[in-house]
Amino acid sequence: MASSTSSTTSGLLRICTAGSVDDGKSTLIGRLLYDSQSVYDDQISSVEKASKNRTAGPIDFSLFTDGLKAEREQGITIDVAYRYFATARRKFILADTPGHEQYTRNMATGASTADVAILLVDARNGMLAQSRRHAKIARLLGISDFVLAVNKMDLMDFDREVFEKINDDFEDLLAGANVHAIPMSALLGDNVITKSERTPWFTGPSLLEFLENVHVHRNLAALPFRFPVQLVVRPDSDFRGYAGQIAGGTVRVGDRIFTWPSGRSANVKRIVTYDGDLDMAFAPMSVTLTLDAEIDISRGDTLTAEPPMVGQRFEAEVVWMDERPLDPGRTYLLKHGTRSVTAEINHGLVLNQIGTVMVSTARPLVFDRYETNRFTGSFIIIDPSTHFTAGAGMIVNPVREGSAPVTHTMTWAERLAQIARGAQSDEEAAELVRKALEEMLT
Amino acid sequence: MSIASVEPNAPVTPLLDHLQALEAESIHILREVVAEFENPVMLYSIGKDSSVMLRLAQKAFHPGPIPFPLLHVDTTYKFQEMITFRDEFAKSVGARLIVHTNEEAIADGTQPFKVGTQRCCGLLKTKSLLDALSAGNFDAALGGARRDEERSRAKERVFSVRDAGGQWDPKRQRPELWNLLNAKIRTGESIRVFPLSNWTEIDVWQYIHVENIPIVPLYFAKEREVIVRGNSLIVQEQPFVVTMPGEKPQKLMCRMRSLGCSPCTGAIRSEADTVPKIIAELVATRQSERQLRIIDHDQDGSMELKKREGYF
Repeated sequence: MASSTSSTTSGLLRICTAGSVDDGKSTLIGRLLYDSQSVYDDQISSVEKASKNRTAGPIDFSLFTDGLKAEREQGITIDVAYRYFATARRKFILADTPGHEQYTRNMATGASTADVAILLVDARNGMLAQSRRHAKIARLLGISDFVLAVNKMDLMDFDREVFEKINDDFEDLLAGANVHAIPMSALLGDNVITKSERTPWFTGPSLLEFLENVHVHRNLAALPFRFPVQLVVRPDSDFRGYAGQIAGGTVRVGDRIFTWPSGRSANVKRIVTYDGDLDMAFAPMSVTLTLDAEIDISRGDTLTAEPPMVGQRFEAEVVWMDERPLDPGRTYLLKHGTRSVTAEINHGLVLNQIGTVMVSTARPLVFDRYETNRFTGSFIIIDPSTHFTAGAGMIVNPVREGSAPVTHTMTWAERLAQIARGAQSDEEAAELVRKALEEMLT
Repeated sequence: MSIASVEPNAPVTPLLDHLQALEAESIHILREVVAEFENPVMLYSIGKDSSVMLRLAQKAFHPGPIPFPLLHVDTTYKFQEMITFRDEFAKSVGARLIVHTNEEAIADGTQPFKVGTQRCCGLLKTKSLLDALSAGNFDAALGGARRDEERSRAKERVFSVRDAGGQWDPKRQRPELWNLLNAKIRTGESIRVFPLSNWTEIDVWQYIHVENIPIVPLYFAKEREVIVRGNSLIVQEQPFVVTMPGEKPQKLMCRMRSLGCSPCTGAIRSEADTVPKIIAELVATRQSERQLRIIDHDQDGSMELKKREGYF
């Protein structure tokens, strides 16, 4: 495929939204789609017809995004919806996630593939529990670029002090992340597409200008080489190739690589694609590799340049997404990269709870810490009887074989609660929790 | 495939442009299907999205052949040009083509003006599709639907579970994180797979352009004899599509933006007779892709209801 342009930013930016109910998420998205001309006249007129005018002006923008009948009837967003829009500079995929607490799992889903999170806050209310929770989930899922969209500024007379106070409140919560705060009125369009004249004191770019230009700090191609084998391609006896999507780093013809968990090595002979062989390939390209030695490689094995972490025990943060709680007495299915194994988890979690657990797998996995590589550091937990995707995990640390099992079984939330209880005042509690959280997240 | 930002002196690390990123993601999805399922099938609707899916399948399994058959659910009301294109294209990519029609319903005289569009779609598309899937014992069906097409499709997963009756429960969808696709199903359940989930209509056209992918000529503007009915231009292919009082077939420059059954899919007035002109037209248009697809608008939440019943 011929590529059209070379640019300093990736052509595709994945965004998720976060924030509490009624902070104006749907309105903002509707505004972005509408002003970037990504909704069509017939869609607008069908929404106008159906508009029960729940929150917004003449057009209820949320009706563009709430795609299910149940959502339109209840006036809330239940499930994550994906939206697409483009400007001359970039294409955007936006995961519109629900604000209600019971749908936290969908927030995690949206955040799992996002480069940037737009965290919406109602200027009248400031930081609410749910916005705090969403910010934490987004950080936990590895997002380090945030837009803090202080919305409904029109209702606060575009008061600079209100904006700066909220900005300060979030500084601690989002410490370590790159945060771009914007005073905004999604309903009226201030600082959404273009800079507003009503905030002369605000010197930064508008939301869209920011999204068009933000340089995402994650760079998969710069990481160590990781290639989880998806399929062995054997059309005839002369060709044996390993098909997969590069999960990290780059690979060149002639590179010495190792196959794990066996640890055997070979050199890359060809990088095969339908459009012709390549000399070099990088994450996240989907390619087929051939090697110069006959070694036994099958789906689920991982090819790397340097020895990776290989093991059957690791510590992980898990978001539980099933109504049926995690039961440490059960054996679950775990999918990591292209490998599925059975696994046991050392303590329970309930729906929407996030906790640090110890995972033991029946066969060794080849992995990285999630903070290093989202693809080789993540896994899903599948209920063996319903086959529902019950949990999402992020690997924190490997645990050496034979080391004593970790006995602390306190969850993330329990630890924070205990810290808060030990404090003398509310301010002190907030400060201690903030510090603890920072430690956990970094 | 040539790659952005690899000039000799460029200090920046390599990046894929948006079409390359979408292509890599779709190939990953297609390979997961073949690795995880015993008997997958690709639903081939002859439209532009199907053409793109086939190219992606060629890429995913190269140098091997496409490792699954194509299934076309033929209502017998498709445009004749579509059927000609279907047979030639399937042969040229070397894929096995299965054509399934609900013969019983056709023998009963089922057609949209007699039984209504909802029932017609139900019998000739949904029932026919479910019958064909169970006759072939297919456990995964790949479809070219995109999330930007319609608002209930915006909620669809890449791997979307159907119960034993082929039905969709939008409230009980599995969370789908990272690129980890849960392929586990229980006996009787099946999965619909949408490798083009994250593509937009314009992405599809740009890809057709850079990849030079063959498409049905109906997408290109030319003078065609049509009946003007409201916003819609109806091509008179079926005997039961007749002019109403005051209507007279006339010759107009027009093209199809979306392909379906000829009685229920309107053409648009257009001069766009090349892919770049189509892209330029789309960038300027203010009407959505499926606006002239009658079946999307026959009741509130039409597509969601059809999908729940098993429509893809």
